[in-house]
Amino acid sequence: MRKEELQQLPPEKFERITIDSSRAERITKPSLSFWQDAWLRLRKNKAAIVSMVVLILLIIMALIGPHLNGHDGETQILRHANLPPKIPGVENLGIFDGMGQLGGEKVNLYEIKKVDEYYWFGTDGLGRDLFTRVWEGTQISLLIAFVAAAIDVVIGVLYGGISGYFGGRVDDVMQRIVEILIGIPTLIIVILMLLIMEPGLTAIIIAISITGWIGMSRIVRAQTLKYRGQEFVLASRTLGASDKRIIGKHLLPNIMGIIIINTMFTIPTAIFFEAFLSFIGLGLQPPNASLGTLINDGYKVMEHQPYFLLFPAVIISVLMIAFNLIGDGLRDALDPKMKD
Amino acid sequence: MVKYIGKRLVYMFLTMFLIATATFFLMQTLPGSPIASYNKLNETQRAIVEKKYGIDKPKPVQYAIYMKNLAKGDLGTSFVFKGKSVNDLLATRVKPSFILGAQAMVFGTLIGILLGMLAALKQNTIWDYGSTFFAILGVSIPSFVFASLLQYWVASQWHLLPVGLWNDGWKSSILPSIALAMGPLALSARFIRTEMIEVLSSDYITLAKAKGANGFEIAFKHAFRNALIPLVTVLGPVAAGIVTGSLVVEQIFAIPGIGEQFVSSIMTNDFATIMGTTLFFSALLIFIIFIVDLLYGIIDPRIRLSGGKG
Repeated sequence: MRKEELQQLPPEKFERITIDSSRAERITKPSLSFWQDAWLRLRKNKAAIVSMVVLILLIIMALIGPHLNGHDGETQILRHANLPPKIPGVENLGIFDGMGQLGGEKVNLYEIKKVDEYYWFGTDGLGRDLFTRVWEGTQISLLIAFVAAAIDVVIGVLYGGISGYFGGRVDDVMQRIVEILIGIPTLIIVILMLLIMEPGLTAIIIAISITGWIGMSRIVRAQTLKYRGQEFVLASRTLGASDKRIIGKHLLPNIMGIIIINTMFTIPTAIFFEAFLSFIGLGLQPPNASLGTLINDGYKVMEHQPYFLLFPAVIISVLMIAFNLIGDGLRDALDPKMKD
Repeated sequence: MVKYIGKRLVYMFLTMFLIATATFFLMQTLPGSPIASYNKLNETQRAIVEKKYGIDKPKPVQYAIYMKNLAKGDLGTSFVFKGKSVNDLLATRVKPSFILGAQAMVFGTLIGILLGMLAALKQNTIWDYGSTFFAILGVSIPSFVFASLLQYWVASQWHLLPVGLWNDGWKSSILPSIALAMGPLALSARFIRTEMIEVLSSDYITLAKAKGANGFEIAFKHAFRNALIPLVTVLGPVAAGIVTGSLVVEQIFAIPGIGEQFVSSIMTNDFATIMGTTLFFSALLIFIIFIVDLLYGIIDPRIRLSGGKG
């Protein structure tokens, strides 16, 4: 294009471009909230994701499992006692085919006892269907764990939060109490509490929660102390924010992550304690069943019917592994700075 | 330091006092009587039995007597084992429990340290994943489940080791020790891995590498020692875990230890023995945690004990 032609171009053809300095800082992707960010990190953790799927499956099974095969966990059919597992379809593969020991010989107990039904996990000494009982037990164990964990969270967060937020003399008194309580071994106090209460669901939950909150309260207190002294809280206070607003808007969101992480480790501890107490005979009483009592029952007949022990043992182990792995994953995702 | 120890001792004393008091009064509310066939006795017989065990006096007096004896180290007389003092009862049972606990502790932490180091040195390889998975199993599987499975496979199916009891010398202690060791093993493996990874990325390791130190030297001479220090802190929880585990593991393998005694005294409502074992366990754990805290301050001078916990 020649110079003359250029000069003949009408001014409308030109557009003024201004360099907008603010565009240099433009964020090209939508900004992520803390939780979205954490989810991105958690998603990369395969172990945690697999555990979540497994956990969800276990919870679903705990809810619908007892209704799946038409037996219920209470009915005692003595003629059907001590049957080994038999699962339709799988039986042709040579496992779970109803073969069991009788007088030192391997025989099909279902044929001998003329049982047409299938007991997927076998039956116990009273002829109750173990499949149903195992999932009912899982339900109870999960229930105890969730309720105990919820109580721990509520008491722990309140106690730690009040102690840390108000500080001063309140904190002093509250921490002296905790210092004495923390010296008492958890197991001892749990067993003593169970000794004096009527055995049952509530007793176990109370016994587990009675010391369970201490760990949570210490963590929450330390975090509250840390954030309470920071500038953004001071700024908010200067602007006239009330205690309620500071706690709700500034402190809680900041310590939420650590509360969730800690809860994820409280749940498996509660599952363990319930099973432990039931195993030494202090937990749930018959006819109620939890994973702990089932393991205890199974242990007694381990020699002859190992599957009785095996199924609840596997389920409790998988549950514990899943919770621990999810806890680990959440810890890495929610608080990348924290190591342990 | 002296001030710190003094303060800790006061707290330990307070805690023990509290536990003793709480245990005493909890025992009073316990349903059932420790005296077998109590209901079959007539008035006079009851009075004689109650006088013999000192439970005829009012509760506060009983409490005062109990505390006075406790101060002298006397835990009282068992209700179930005729006229045997709880002290004697515990004394005969300390040895098996101690052997199991010590073996589990040593074996567990040593293997745990090795696994943790392996995982850290070969980070993100199959070794790392393998030992991390193993550690997760150790943390997750309850000790009594693991102990039952060990007993079933190793002892009763393969006949490799005794099924239980304490009459086959060292062999009897192997399975229960392994069952107890899983917790410490897993805890220390996870801990050492985290610490080693952090230590390995520090400047002095880079310097050691720059000087031409070989991998073995770096791992053991430089990194390992520093990673080991914080391990002392988990020894407290580890000891608590072993005590907890010993209750069920001793029960499973029928080991005549203190844990087994505790569980069976609960079953027989033997007040004096329950209280004695409770106090014994509490004192043991409180003492261990105290020692661990002291050790930590001594090993790592950067931690000032008097500073207290945040």
